[in-house]
Amino acid sequence: MFEIDSGFKDKELSRALLRGIEKEFKSPVRFMEVCGTHTMSIFRYGIRGLLPEGLFLVSGPGCPVCVTSQGDIDLIIELSKEPEIIISTFGDLLRVPGSRGSLMDERARGSQVNVVYSPSESLEICKKTPEKEVVFIAIGFETTVPTVAATILEARAKGIKNFSILCLHKTMPEALRTLLEDEELGVNGLLAPGHVSAIIGARPYRMLSREFNMPIVIAGFEPADILQGILLLLRQLNDGRADVQNGYKRAVPEEGNLRALSLIKEVFEPCESTWRGLGKIEGSGLRLKEEYGEFDAMKRFGLSPNPSREPKACLCGEIIKAKATPLECPLFKRACTPLSPVGPCMVSSEGTCSAFYKYGLL
Amino acid sequence: MCLAIPMKVLEVKGEEGDFLNPPLAVVEASGLKKEVRLDIVDRFPSEGDFLIVHAGFAIHTLSEAEAKESLKALEEMAKGV
Amino acid sequence: MKDKTIHIDHGSGGLATKKLIEEVFLKRLSNKRLERLEDSAILDISSNQLAFTTDSFVVDPIFFTGGDIGSLSIHGTVNDLAMQGARPVALSLGLILEEGLLIDELERVAESIKDALLEAKVEVVTADTKVVQRGKADRIFINTSGVGIPYEPRLFLSSERVEEGDVIIVSGSIGDHGATILLERSGFKMDVSIGSDSCPLNGLVETVIKGVGEDFNKLKVFRDPTRGGLATVLNEIAQASNCNMILYEDDIPVKEEVRGVCEILGLDPLYLANEGKMVLICKESIKEKVLGLMKSHLYGRDSRIIGKVERNVKDESPIVTLKTTIGGERIVSILSGQPLPRIC
Repeated sequence: MFEIDSGFKDKELSRALLRGIEKEFKSPVRFMEVCGTHTMSIFRYGIRGLLPEGLFLVSGPGCPVCVTSQGDIDLIIELSKEPEIIISTFGDLLRVPGSRGSLMDERARGSQVNVVYSPSESLEICKKTPEKEVVFIAIGFETTVPTVAATILEARAKGIKNFSILCLHKTMPEALRTLLEDEELGVNGLLAPGHVSAIIGARPYRMLSREFNMPIVIAGFEPADILQGILLLLRQLNDGRADVQNGYKRAVPEEGNLRALSLIKEVFEPCESTWRGLGKIEGSGLRLKEEYGEFDAMKRFGLSPNPSREPKACLCGEIIKAKATPLECPLFKRACTPLSPVGPCMVSSEGTCSAFYKYGLL
Repeated sequence: MCLAIPMKVLEVKGEEGDFLNPPLAVVEASGLKKEVRLDIVDRFPSEGDFLIVHAGFAIHTLSEAEAKESLKALEEMAKGV
Repeated sequence: MKDKTIHIDHGSGGLATKKLIEEVFLKRLSNKRLERLEDSAILDISSNQLAFTTDSFVVDPIFFTGGDIGSLSIHGTVNDLAMQGARPVALSLGLILEEGLLIDELERVAESIKDALLEAKVEVVTADTKVVQRGKADRIFINTSGVGIPYEPRLFLSSERVEEGDVIIVSGSIGDHGATILLERSGFKMDVSIGSDSCPLNGLVETVIKGVGEDFNKLKVFRDPTRGGLATVLNEIAQASNCNMILYEDDIPVKEEVRGVCEILGLDPLYLANEGKMVLICKESIKEKVLGLMKSHLYGRDSRIIGKVERNVKDESPIVTLKTTIGGERIVSILSGQPLPRIC
């Protein structure tokens, strides 16, 4: 059988691409990998150490848990304390520390917290426990949003009454714009996220690339995909170009996924959102449209947004903006470890601090 | 977190646009099989296609030919350096 | 048995207890020492060195593909003895049963204990059963302890003996048990043919120790990478010996299905539990001999050399490094907490 994934993991292919990178590399550059899964893959395969000296990769704001504001994390944890509520969430959120404790701590104290792999599994919990309110913690970028939209449409079609979401979704292009507007960013090219791009397509990056004269390559997650992305960025720099190139054609059509985009539009509308590190960004969040208000946990339980107070001395906010590395954080490996994390970047498997801690830098 | 492996479609169940009984595909990769939802996929797949999957939902369909082509393009590029 | 479920009377110490013990356990596990039902068993042992170990088993689910809590409780303790180079001589078996457990299930567990004992060539010589009220335990908890005597009394196995140049061998594919349990516990709907690797390793250990003969002293460590997986065990050995280690990802055997489960759930096979695998570290000069011996045994067929011990780092803290499939390097750190499946 044709094994598609092993091809992109191939050693020879990666070696050839690395030779290409060596050849094209002329002077020190810094590229940002925007997506958390890129960060994971780069560390997992030891890619940083294989690159020529002076070619730096820095991680961007692409780990959904990491960019969620402290106020929102606290809101989630407060919500989990309500006895009639079952929290349904992706596993990464469990250990993220709020101002006082994490969801995992609350679960140990008796809160009902269910880990799901897909938002739609929340509806099965609704069916099994009709006397409870099930709240899905909707965190994630454009890739996750349509899966939540589909779940809401399914809940409506099935007349499920005890389901709602705590909508904390964020969208990528506006955050990238905020990052790029920062003149101190010092990044020479972006590896754009693979699966966010599968939904939004290549177009949203074109404006950014033009406006900020920034080379951008959409990349997949296998080692060869990432190396190819780096090679293409180097070539653009050497040619004095700043384009958007699609290095992940097997997942990303130019126009994106129109069906998913229309589902997002059907259920959600843009709003302001608060990002850890980046602060409030107009149009970078999504909220449920009026007609889907019944699924909004904020409305259903009369919640109001918490002010954001990020933990003292924690550099997560700076790390998300590539302004600092975990090694510069006074808490890293001392007060902050995966077992007792202070900031979310140490918790999420995609977080930069977690990757530094787990895989180290050689 | 994103899943890098495209999964091969073994079987398609249900109809496009049905929200009461959302359509599913049985997919396979690395010797494991699972069902994924097809509500948000860009092109409704048929048997033998590959799917890019996120959180239990297919988000993109590519044919085997497209999959091979993308690998070939990368190999060509690697050869050219 | 007439009664369908365990109830509190089964723990009373009276007739119901006696009946349960006879019909479920003695029937299957009987031997000269156990059937005396005295307060303790007398063991006739001439060796002046004894290995002694204990372990508790609380696995959920209690039945899983490739084994159950019964076989696991025997393999676990037999393997702990074997990892010290000891032949298991006698085991104890302590059970804590939750009211409401089906007697059928208990019989299945007892049956698998019986089979595991037969394969490991060891007997349970003393046992105990307690029953707790519903909700006070999770169906069945088992504790086993065991004593063993060394296959080679002159052999001193210890992580501290590990030194630069030694080779690291693993007895087969890693992560099978952990992946199976995670998958069955998670309720993640996935159809995949993997099962636990739970098995007794005393036979494999005996084959190696006897096979190397007078070279026995070149064997340094046997360890079974259970909780925390291969990564954690190697880090522990690195710390005890103060030596760095290097592993080669290409050489670490991982079944395709386990790799797939890991990829989908965002887990690393290096951190998944094994219940029928061992890591062996020995001098480079006997590596081919040891590898051959291991491969000759049913439970070591897929043995591979996966890495080597590097320099002693003295005052620094030692690290385990992995050479990745594409030639990169990364640190393999110790497991921090329960592996959590990721967002996907």
